[in-house]
Amino acid sequence: MGFTDKFRTMNEKVINNPLEDEAIYIFREVAGQFDKPVILFSGGKDSITLVRLAQKAFYPAKIPFPLLHIDTGHNFPETIEFRDKLVEELELELHVHYVQDNIDAGNVQEEEGKYASRNILQTDSLLQAIEKHGFDACIGGARRDEEKARAKERVFSVRDDFGQWDEKNQRPEVFDMLNGRINFGQNVRVFPISNWTELDVWSYIQQEKMEIPSIYFAHKRKVFERDGMIWSAHDEYVFREDDEVVTEKIVRFRTVGDMSCTAAVESLAFDIDKVVEEIAASTISERGARIDDKRSEAAMEKRKQQGYF
Amino acid sequence: MIENKNKVLKLSTAGSVDDGKSTLIGRILYDTHSLTDDKLEAIERSSKQKGYDYLDFSLATDGLVAEREQGITIDVAHIYFSTANRSYIIADTPGHVEYTRNMVTGTSTSQVSIILIDARKGVIEQTKRHFFINNLLRTKEVVVAVNKMDLIDFDEEKYNAIVADFKNLIDAAEYKNQNITFIPVSALHGDNVVEKSENLTWYQGQTMMEHLENIRIEDIQEEAKARFQVQTVIRPKTDEFHDFRGYAGKLKGGELKVGDDVTILPSGRKTQIKSIHFFDQAYLSASKGSSITITLTDDVNVSRGDLIVKSDELPKEEKQIRATICWMDNQPLAASSTYFLQHGVKLIKSKVKSIEHKISTEASGAIEPASELKMNDLGLVKIQLAQELHFDAYGENKGNGAFILIDTKSNTTAGVGFIE
Repeated sequence: MGFTDKFRTMNEKVINNPLEDEAIYIFREVAGQFDKPVILFSGGKDSITLVRLAQKAFYPAKIPFPLLHIDTGHNFPETIEFRDKLVEELELELHVHYVQDNIDAGNVQEEEGKYASRNILQTDSLLQAIEKHGFDACIGGARRDEEKARAKERVFSVRDDFGQWDEKNQRPEVFDMLNGRINFGQNVRVFPISNWTELDVWSYIQQEKMEIPSIYFAHKRKVFERDGMIWSAHDEYVFREDDEVVTEKIVRFRTVGDMSCTAAVESLAFDIDKVVEEIAASTISERGARIDDKRSEAAMEKRKQQGYF
Repeated sequence: MIENKNKVLKLSTAGSVDDGKSTLIGRILYDTHSLTDDKLEAIERSSKQKGYDYLDFSLATDGLVAEREQGITIDVAHIYFSTANRSYIIADTPGHVEYTRNMVTGTSTSQVSIILIDARKGVIEQTKRHFFINNLLRTKEVVVAVNKMDLIDFDEEKYNAIVADFKNLIDAAEYKNQNITFIPVSALHGDNVVEKSENLTWYQGQTMMEHLENIRIEDIQEEAKARFQVQTVIRPKTDEFHDFRGYAGKLKGGELKVGDDVTILPSGRKTQIKSIHFFDQAYLSASKGSSITITLTDDVNVSRGDLIVKSDELPKEEKQIRATICWMDNQPLAASSTYFLQHGVKLIKSKVKSIEHKISTEASGAIEPASELKMNDLGLVKIQLAQELHFDAYGENKGNGAFILIDTKSNTTAGVGFIE
């Protein structure tokens, strides 16, 4: 049967990219070990990379998992646009859970003021979504180089039914053997790009010629400055004092959380090549621009103990 | 930097906080300019808060809150840095005997191990254990960093005495094929870590970073027999790929080529490799480490966990095996205990037949009888399996010679085994 004709060209030997091989291996393990996996998708570069890897892992079959987006309502509109386009293109199933629904129902309370963010509120919505759909494995784009508490995270991270992470009880991962056995009520967080650095992700996006939301590239934006950082002047989501003046700058976003907690950097990197160059030369870590992590060194760890990704 | 994407070297570091291991890692990050400004800022702040008059690089790596308060490292931490040449991943593990299991874990994923010695103390019990574990796991490349040379006045004779002591361990070791390199360093002051030391003029070798940069991955990866374990079956059932039935998995051990005569295990069916794919491209061959999809000439029944090998390179097939086990669970391992044995991706029910002996991790590998293995113990164990296991001795094929034992109730990974 000539399906080999349907594959592009006949090459000599498979070229090894160990990080890519590892991520694809992990995706396939998820398919083999779990009944209802889901890919957590935010529209950010890490989750976009995950989708690309999933595509490669199961080709020529379709990606066998749906996507889940915990929508805080404070997204950059560009990422929502991008998400919808990608879902349509790859014929994926998308579930969206809105933090706003939880706020309206009185289940969680919104933060107010200068440093308010809906980031922490995502946890409840995530846990609800998991319970509603019965997801037993949630695949996310977290990486170990992002932040100290993630440095110790497993590839398969077992969570209890409250989504909680007990750092003293994580399973050893010896060689490449992944143990995803769970009891009813537990589920597993999976991190296929654990070993990828920020630069690895960008290089991969460049290599694969992947499309990503425009806000990652330099663009003109109305912004204001606070605490030495540049913030989007979007009054609906981002709290701004009267004395914080709005100007227009050419900026880009290096990491994409919500508008309310993501700072921009001044940059002239209009395309992927320039972005990769800039990252390679960069002296501030990716999460240095995230206010939610700056709040406390142990912030991420505390959030993970409460069930956050 | 973009050319690096295919070059990753995994290192493991072992040693206690007192040996200056965290300082060593911090120093590497600092000297290779891998510490970003805000991380450096955080270290400066923390060092000041703690009342140090120097930069405590160890603060760059200790992660979890509990650890930071106690001032020790508990788990396996992963640290990333890169040079113009390649990317590095460090699996940083504790040195205390209570964390032997963490050390085994970190070492299992690494290609190079760095064993740290405090120059004032020389070879101690911990050193012997670290070397033993690396020898057991057959880590090909070992770097012995004799640290805190500044505290012994950079004395050449004392250094040589330590090296001689360590060589006794090497002589007594079972696995003889390791490349072991000794380097005198001072992590605190930066001598011979990345920068050459002006204080160690008698040392003619490379700095630690120079040595690491010059390690060739091809030299580390030993050729073994090709072992392809199926992770998942890919059946698009679309019009375009109506008849496509691909077996996806990661190739281990050696190379596979289109046309190779292969045997499927456990069924024993023989067929040939029809095609090899990675994403939407077809290839004539694949080498170890690649996550590929293969199709077979015949319409055979293959499922997850099945092993595909070249027909003239069959692995061993047994229902009873002997293995060196490192125990990792709170519940001790005892004869008659049952576990799930996970060999790669395949799960088999198993029962511990007997514990032949416990192994001391000190260099002599002295053995003593034992009725159980407690957490962090090493021992030689006989295991009975519910089905045939298709394996190679760990010493002959790392990818096909190890397994984990899973507790049937808690599902935790209770131990790791290296098959004889």
